Amino acid sequence: MKIVVCVKHVPDATAARSFLPDNTVDRASVDGVLSELDEYAVEAALQIRDAGEGEVTALTVGPEPARAALSKSLQMGADAGVHVLDDAIHGSDAIGTSLVLANALQRIGFDLVVCGMASTDGGMSVLAPMLAERLGVAQVTYAAEVSVHGTTVRARRDGDVAVETVEATLPVVLSVTDQANEPRYPSFKGIMSAKKKPVETLSLADLGIGPSDVGLAAAWSQVESYEARPPRTAGTIVTDDGAAADKLVEFLVAGKFV
Amino acid sequence: MGEILVLVDHADGVVRKTGAELLTIARRLGEPSAVFVGQGIDTAREALRRFGAAKVYVLDAPELTDYLVAPKAEALAQLVQQTSPAAVLLTSNVDGKEIAARLAIKTGSGLITDAVDVQPGPDGPVTTQSVFAGSYTVQATVTSGTPIITVKPNATTPEPAEGAAVEESVVVSVSDGAKKARIVDRQPREASGRPELTDATVVVSGGRGTGGNFESIEALADALGGAVGASRAAVDAGWYPHAYQVGQTGKTVSPQLYVAGGISGAIQHRAGMQTSKTIVAVNKDEEAPIFELVDFGVVGDVHTVLRAAAEKIQGRRA
Ligand SMILES: Cc1cc2nc3c(=O)[nH]c(=O)nc-3n(C[C@H](O)[C@H](O)[C@H](O)COP(=O)(O)OP(=O)(O)OC[C@H]3O[C@@H](n4cnc5c(N)ncnc54)[C@H](O)[C@@H]3O)c2cc1C
Ligand SMILES: Nc1ncnc2c1ncn2[C@@H]1O[C@H](COP(=O)(O)O)[C@@H](O)[C@H]1O
Repeated sequence: MKIVVCVKHVPDATAARSFLPDNTVDRASVDGVLSELDEYAVEAALQIRDAGEGEVTALTVGPEPARAALSKSLQMGADAGVHVLDDAIHGSDAIGTSLVLANALQRIGFDLVVCGMASTDGGMSVLAPMLAERLGVAQVTYAAEVSVHGTTVRARRDGDVAVETVEATLPVVLSVTDQANEPRYPSFKGIMSAKKKPVETLSLADLGIGPSDVGLAAAWSQVESYEARPPRTAGTIVTDDGAAADKLVEFLVAGKFV
Repeated sequence: MGEILVLVDHADGVVRKTGAELLTIARRLGEPSAVFVGQGIDTAREALRRFGAAKVYVLDAPELTDYLVAPKAEALAQLVQQTSPAAVLLTSNVDGKEIAARLAIKTGSGLITDAVDVQPGPDGPVTTQSVFAGSYTVQATVTSGTPIITVKPNATTPEPAEGAAVEESVVVSVSDGAKKARIVDRQPREASGRPELTDATVVVSGGRGTGGNFESIEALADALGGAVGASRAAVDAGWYPHAYQVGQTGKTVSPQLYVAGGISGAIQHRAGMQTSKTIVAVNKDEEAPIFELVDFGVVGDVHTVLRAAAEKIQGRRA
């Protein structure tokens, strides 16, 4: 089985993140990491591979430093990497990114595509359904538990009103939640062998995409402005000496919550 | 004024609060048309009329709800084709965002998700989003096709306004391609009897600091008529179901009042509650980062303080 896991390199969520003058996310000034939620996707891909047979290719779209997301995936155990790298991609919205990913997936070939439930920077959770739509294959998203039996993918989804079991036949675009597994840490052996694994770099031309089809100018939505949220005004903090509950109730009454 | 399609979120015809919110927003932008997919229009009709739906499109073919989102996206795409609306509004939840994503690709339209406000602008709707765990707000517009916007719960206060609610039954075709992900089993969740977490005006959440006992959390939630939430640590420990998790990988809530009991305030938790209007925390550690956010904080034991507060509130009522 050919499994491709989509991984994104994102600014570290624990650092102060900000914007560039063109209203795109500043990806250079803070350290980047493999989007934490994509670790669950890599782990799911590896487990599915190891329960049967096949190979796992990690795919990323992003600037030069995004290579690190592939390295981490290879260290965890993916077999190969593909990096779509092209200056014209800068500023793409989800629509543009999904076009690039879909064309790359077609070129690589796949039975199963695995995504994270959201990227920790953009966090739109739309890439997986967009890929399923563009590729015309089944969409099985937000899997909290997943298994593959022959050509059938079965997933548990913990919805708001019901817990659902969903089934689809390969090829499938899957996304997994942080409930799906416990991502492994790369072993020393994994880190050493990752250096020898093949990584292919592709340009937009390799994927038959014109430079004006993606990027900031081609985006179908536009950030007009942004502003830092004013810091919250410092609140009242009391230490409980037996009267804190009374003070809390007074506060709630004053706020008309009672 | 252009027509604004609103995909109504409902459970067997009971319109969720977000349905009223979206219709209220749609009235700012143009003429609201409710799109009702599934069974239960007899239950829903009155609510849709009361919140100003000029038209109600009813789509009740069973194949629209037997599969994951693809058939609903196909149906909406056909409606967009037929009505050329000025915008499509959906609820920012799992299904709403996924339907919107597929609809955007199908119709060649720009997509904005997780709006916390939508206002009319010279070139169509202008949205406000809260990004980077609430540390920035962003204004955006759609520049291609039909603006497709998913709106977070509590983005506005629903305002009633009589609508004509002229009903139109719509027959759509669902392709085999959209029927690839079958829902083979559905186990409804037990109702908690409390408000829906994302809709609630008050949320009281418990974390690892509860030690697994949610009695004082539930008691305060009930005294305030609120919903109960939980941190991931509490969910991972098996103390509360995942559906109640607040944060990056759980629900985003934006209530009038958020109370955090025994929660440290990790960035992933903040991502789900930071835009709450008023924040209260009880934590025994005065250094806990949650205190950076609070309007009112108590350094103390979660059970002692919240149980006493709940009793005093109930006592005021009696
Ligand atoms: C990919 C990823 C996604 C995540 N998504 C989420 C998410 O969606 N939501 C989420 O919440 N977390 C999420 N997390 C986890 C997050 O990083 C924290 O680990 C988690 O929020 C901690 O939960 P907590 O505050 O309950 O526990 P802790 O951080 O352990 O804090 C417990 C607090 O309770 C206090 N306490 C202890 N005893 C008492 C007492 N008797 N009375 C009062 N206070 C007491 C302690 O002082 C402490 O501050 C995610 C993490 C990752 C890696
Ligand atoms: N630039 C990218 N390169 C590779 N995969 C991506 C990229 N952006 C998003 N993805 C995948 O799509 C998922 C959802 O992303 P998003 O829709 O941005 O929340 C992520 O968890 C990744 O698996």
